[in-house]
Amino acid sequence: MKFFALLIGLLTLSTPALAGYADSWQLGLQNLASHPYEVGGGTIDVVWFHQFVLYIIIAITVFVTALLAWVIIRYNRKANPNPADFSHNTMIEVVWTIVPVIILIVIGIPSYNLLKAQNVIPEPELVVKATGYQWYWGYDYPDEGISFMSYMIPDEEIDEAAGQKRLLETDTQLVLPIDTNIQILVTAADVLHSFAVPALGVKKDAVPGRLNETWVNIKKPGIYYGQCSEICGSGHAYMPIMVRAVSKEDYAAWLEEAREEFGALPAEGIETVANITPIPKTRLASIQE
Amino acid sequence: MADTPPFFQRWFMSTNHKDIGTLYIIFSIIAGVIGGLFSMYMRLELQDPGVQFMTNADGSPDGQMWNVFITAHGLIMVFFVVMPGLIGGFGNWFVPLMIGAPDMAFPRLNNISFWLLVPAFFLLLASAFVGAGAGTGWTIYPPLSDTLGHPGMSVDMAIFALHLAGASSILGAANFITTIFNMRAPGMTLHKMPLFVWAMLVTSFLLVLAVPVLGGAITMLLTDRNFGTSFFQPEGGGDPILFQHLFWFFGHPEVYIMILPAFGIVSHIVSTFARKPIFGYLGMAYAMVAIGFVGFIVWAHHMFTSGISLAAQTYFTIATLIIAVPTGIKIFSWIATMWGGSMSFKTPMLWAIGFIFLFTVGGVTGVVLANGAMSKVLHDTYYVVAHFHYVLSLGAVFALFAGFYYWIGKMSGRQYPEFFGKLHFWMTFIGVNLTFFPQHFLGLAGMPRRYIDYPAPLLPEDMSWWERTVYMSGETWNQMIAALTGAEYESSISWGYHGWNFVSSMGAYMAGASVILFVGIVFYTLLFGRRVEDNYWNVDKRTMTLEWTVSSPPPFHQFEIQPAVKDYPVIKGTG
Repeated sequence: MKFFALLIGLLTLSTPALAGYADSWQLGLQNLASHPYEVGGGTIDVVWFHQFVLYIIIAITVFVTALLAWVIIRYNRKANPNPADFSHNTMIEVVWTIVPVIILIVIGIPSYNLLKAQNVIPEPELVVKATGYQWYWGYDYPDEGISFMSYMIPDEEIDEAAGQKRLLETDTQLVLPIDTNIQILVTAADVLHSFAVPALGVKKDAVPGRLNETWVNIKKPGIYYGQCSEICGSGHAYMPIMVRAVSKEDYAAWLEEAREEFGALPAEGIETVANITPIPKTRLASIQE
Repeated sequence: MADTPPFFQRWFMSTNHKDIGTLYIIFSIIAGVIGGLFSMYMRLELQDPGVQFMTNADGSPDGQMWNVFITAHGLIMVFFVVMPGLIGGFGNWFVPLMIGAPDMAFPRLNNISFWLLVPAFFLLLASAFVGAGAGTGWTIYPPLSDTLGHPGMSVDMAIFALHLAGASSILGAANFITTIFNMRAPGMTLHKMPLFVWAMLVTSFLLVLAVPVLGGAITMLLTDRNFGTSFFQPEGGGDPILFQHLFWFFGHPEVYIMILPAFGIVSHIVSTFARKPIFGYLGMAYAMVAIGFVGFIVWAHHMFTSGISLAAQTYFTIATLIIAVPTGIKIFSWIATMWGGSMSFKTPMLWAIGFIFLFTVGGVTGVVLANGAMSKVLHDTYYVVAHFHYVLSLGAVFALFAGFYYWIGKMSGRQYPEFFGKLHFWMTFIGVNLTFFPQHFLGLAGMPRRYIDYPAPLLPEDMSWWERTVYMSGETWNQMIAALTGAEYESSISWGYHGWNFVSSMGAYMAGASVILFVGIVFYTLLFGRRVEDNYWNVDKRTMTLEWTVSSPPPFHQFEIQPAVKDYPVIKGTG
């Protein structure tokens, strides 16, 4: 029993104070580095919601397990040689239909609030676009005229002493300012990919011919890693996403450098856009709804 | 058995439901061993970070090979193990026996259903050797599965394999529907039908309605690949998301196709070994109908991150949560059946109770995943892998084993060795839990599925597989002791995803070993098993179904005199 108590304790505790990638023997979600969504008077985020549902499902599992244990102990052939022969009880059948419905409503309300907050995008202060390729990401800052590609650093060049993480580190990073409503447009140039950064609570499929969108507002500067999350061929495991969140001042400084470094490249970003088949206006509207 | 035909006619031109059922079960076991070997090799690769096994000639990772493995594993387990085993195998064997029919309605159709499956399986296996193999995942999403991602013939062959397997399923389902509606013994109204027959009826309707949609989708993919259409190609005005809708309109009912027969088998076993009629029979039957119906209107919960609108995400979240209600009714009704019973824990009962527990675990993680909001962190991670293996690998497959141990005496006339049956159960139970429970942790921590390699520091390159295993076992042990005693344990290395992947692989090896034991049990039973009488579980009058009224094994043609069923579950009359 001690083990179970411990397990439940571990499961429901928040995870170690690492954000951006998985820790040794990590049990729960990565810590969120994005702002919680404001709903009504309070705030809500995906870690809180998971915690909330986790308590409920642990309770249900413990309850079912306890019932199973009880019937095994009490109603085995030795303990109860003569079986009863009831096979109906309307009351209990109504109860075990209604109670789950109530539990689902309790889960459903915050679920809807969170879903809505994730999907209704506030007026963006910055727009970036991520394009999935086999097997790297391209990032555009359409308003700044910056665009560049981001490739994984191969294992041989990883410097673990410097804190680099294999399969997660990229040569260029998606640099984003904190405390800013950022709209992220996601698309793909060849097959499906998925732009995912667990610590930012962001995951959106990159679909050729479609322009998906999501948003984030990062509250803490730092490095946040993600990995392609839709099977895309032999290099699926080798196209990580590396987000570097910085203060607004540092972001402005980076923009200057980036314009020098990437802004001069005319082809890549424009080519990226040109590669994509124009989407009918009606469908674009439904996507952006 | 003077009236059995000679060997070739009997097994290759069969029109006998029991012989065809046997063929299906043998096929399912062989395909299961092959599909299981694929998963062993995958767990071997994922045991430690870096790519040690699936490499190209120059030692670089062969990501395509990995993708071919996951695809083959998924397709084999779904189409060639679980469906043939539960539907073709136990369905063929026991639907006619339970309803008091001499055979299926269309015996020749039954035969062709099986024999379509064999070339389908060979096509699928052969696709791995033609060109680069089909590395698309079992979901075969274009454009990866289109000529853009897979220019060779592999995907075409995989599509043909699915066409044949699909045709086989549809024909089989039509046969079951006709048989169940028309050939029940007098007095067996639908509301007196055994629950396994109910399960097969609902499953058959799901098959007939869902599989043609898959057939259409993959045919469109085939013409996209070969004949210049562009249903799914954006550059021609098509849309890859359309394929996802079509696939999951089939794919979600498909998971219920795999689990409903399991529900039926578990109901019979629980009732038999608790010596008590099933609790809430009508609720049980209509819960399956409800699950089947709702199963058709929840498909896009597999597509929460694909860009569907908020309204769609909201609807599919709510509809998916609703499935928990009929599923809960089933779980509680099984427990209520045991309540007040007089249970004995023979091997089939162990598998059935194991099923109920593990299906509950897989069910509650399904409630987590049902929330569109959670998809932003859990979609396409190992959490999903853990969830669907809990309901399928530990749900449907547990029911396959439960059914096997429950009915092998009836099917072969010989009983399995009880001790080894129980040993098989415990090895599998511990093995699969070790394999899949840690995958929840991996998924929560963000590890994406379908990855050949994961972020974690590499172990020294000169370590052999054995040295790595010993080393990591030590680390795992120390960590566990530290966690249990509450002591601090600081490893100098940050393991990333390594730790739980290692544990998962160890569990997989154990589950793999249990399969070898199972194959041994099968051979032992058939060759040396103790001969059994008609009603070897002493199923009592109140929980009786008609298969216990015929001999073990049943005569080549049973029920030549039609049995009369006055009142299910009480059977009046004999075979």
